[in-house]
Amino acid sequence: MSEPMVKINAVSKVYHRDSIQIPVLQNINLTIEEGDFLALMGPSGSGKTTLLNLIAGLDRPSAGDVIVAGENISSLSEGGLAEWRSRHVGFIFQFYNLIPVLTAYENVELPLLLTKLSKKERHEHVELALKVVGLEDRMKHFPRQLSGGQEQRVAIARALVTDPSIILADEPTGDLDKISAEEILVLLSRLNSEFKKTIIMVTHDPRAAERAHTRRYLDKGELA
Amino acid sequence: MWVLRLILRNTARHKLRTLLTILGLALAIVAFQVIQTTLQTWNAQLEASSPRRLITRHAVSYTFSLPLAYYDKISRLPGISKVGYANWFGGIYNNDPKNFFAQFPMGPEHILDIYPELIIPQEQKEQYLADKSACIAGQKLVDRFGWKIGDVIRLTSQIYPGQWDFVLKAIYKGRDPAVDENGMYFHWDYFDDKVRQISEGWAGNVGWYIVEINDPKDAAMVSAEIDALFKNSPQQTLTETEKAFSAGFIAGFDTIIAGMKIISFLIIGVILLVLANNMIMGARERVNEFALLKTLGFRPFHIFGLLFGESFAIAIIGGIVGVILSYFAISFMAIALAAFFSSIFIAAKTIIYSILLAMLVGLLASLLPIYRTIKTSIVDGLRNIG
Ligand SMILES: Nc1ncnc2c1ncn2[C@@H]1O[C@H](COP(=O)(O)OP(=O)(O)OP(=O)(O)O)[C@@H](O)[C@H]1O
Ligand SMILES: [Mg+2]
Repeated sequence: MSEPMVKINAVSKVYHRDSIQIPVLQNINLTIEEGDFLALMGPSGSGKTTLLNLIAGLDRPSAGDVIVAGENISSLSEGGLAEWRSRHVGFIFQFYNLIPVLTAYENVELPLLLTKLSKKERHEHVELALKVVGLEDRMKHFPRQLSGGQEQRVAIARALVTDPSIILADEPTGDLDKISAEEILVLLSRLNSEFKKTIIMVTHDPRAAERAHTRRYLDKGELA
Repeated sequence: MWVLRLILRNTARHKLRTLLTILGLALAIVAFQVIQTTLQTWNAQLEASSPRRLITRHAVSYTFSLPLAYYDKISRLPGISKVGYANWFGGIYNNDPKNFFAQFPMGPEHILDIYPELIIPQEQKEQYLADKSACIAGQKLVDRFGWKIGDVIRLTSQIYPGQWDFVLKAIYKGRDPAVDENGMYFHWDYFDDKVRQISEGWAGNVGWYIVEINDPKDAAMVSAEIDALFKNSPQQTLTETEKAFSAGFIAGFDTIIAGMKIISFLIIGVILLVLANNMIMGARERVNEFALLKTLGFRPFHIFGLLFGESFAIAIIGGIVGVILSYFAISFMAIALAAFFSSIFIAAKTIIYSILLAMLVGLLASLLPIYRTIKTSIVDGLRNIG
């Protein structure tokens, strides 16, 4: 059996605000296999986003190791981490986080600007990614000209375009109506089954969680 | 390329805000250039004075006059090529104080040779010398009042009563742009004769002597010799270079000049704050966009490029618009102040200086938002959601 995609060993996270310490995660151990589709659930404030950020290499644990795609994230420098993220991780956020002054095409192209791809190659990748999410006819639209569901699909295309090994989604349907949410979930399932992406999705929505293969619950900083 | 595109789009995000900032910058640059140009014009006028000319005036004040008898004594000193004399006439044309310009009776005949920067056609010069009541006027003055050769110009003076008529016989042009073309000159003898008719005691008085020396290096020595000559006279003299004399004339403006210099740099400080404020607001509104860029792997130097580029672009555009507006402002000023200044124009140096200052402002204004944006952690930036 191959290496797990994510291996979290005895991870704790404590935030410091002024002199107060806020313990958020305690002694988390978690293994996620390659190709898994995991739903991370739990009440508000339980530390889901914090855990996701640690896996994403956006933040560092106070203790323990986070190993993703064979790399111990804690050992990377700030610049090394940025590089690593751009190659291995795709991000999807609750509020899409598109750049409003860039078109759908340009938003999807954004992560590719850091690669050595030529303009023509970038074009092929962007077109393909937008085709996967069914928005090839909306390339020239700006985010404000799109519906919430369409914006999230652009964000998915952006997460997909670098062909990352793992996709992290923080409440990707949290801001959408039922039908749009359903579309997004179908899309995520396809990314998992067709494109073999490992997906970790934080969600409050039990219906969303049903799409996942694995479900984990976080409560007061501990995994159930 | 994409950086430039994103910079441009960011600049256009709040069109009105950006436009107002650019306009603010432009107006400040106009103010800066107008002040700098005024100061330079003053300086140019000073620099135009000849190093070969000394001015000998009453030691107490240039409002007191000297006896004509000093002429021969000064002329006999070694190192001197020619001596002339002049008075301040203080006349008004057509009885309207708004028609102000400077007039000087001057003599003797060879004084025109002491002023080679006044270019007069030979024929007109001869006509002037041949006519006791003739006068010479500068080209700008002639243009201002629409005079022609042969016109009679009537002046009234606050100092010397009566009406004074002069026939325009010659028109001079400046040898270079710094030479004032707003002056009027006439024969000292004619002036003195008429003064004698008003009051015998007023005659034979000279406002100041103009002393042309052979070698500018001797200026200090010759000045000392002249003043030594009249050390024991009731009217002691003070001799200095023409430049020092003119500088003394506007010495009263020294504090004003210093104030203007300070103001021109305070203005730059104000536009720095205006632009910095614009940039800080812009960066704060986009905290979570920058967090996203960092999430995707963009580095601090990308952030620097985006924010600096935006600030720099606004500053440069403001600077260029300012320079263009200044051109109109100063052209207008040149017309309005034609009576006081020989020539007003924006020096290339001032334009370059303004653009460099705008660039510096662009850089400085972006530093704080750049620092803050880079310092904000991704996690905090992403949390900062609407
Ligand atoms: N940068 C920070 N500084 C201080 N405290 C923080 C920080 N980030 C998170 N926290 C705290 O950590 C706890 C967990 O936050 P987290 O965002 O991970 O919860 P969550 O499970 O994602 O909640 P939600 O479902 O509401 O998104 C919260 O109590 C939060 O206030
Ligand atoms: Mg959360």
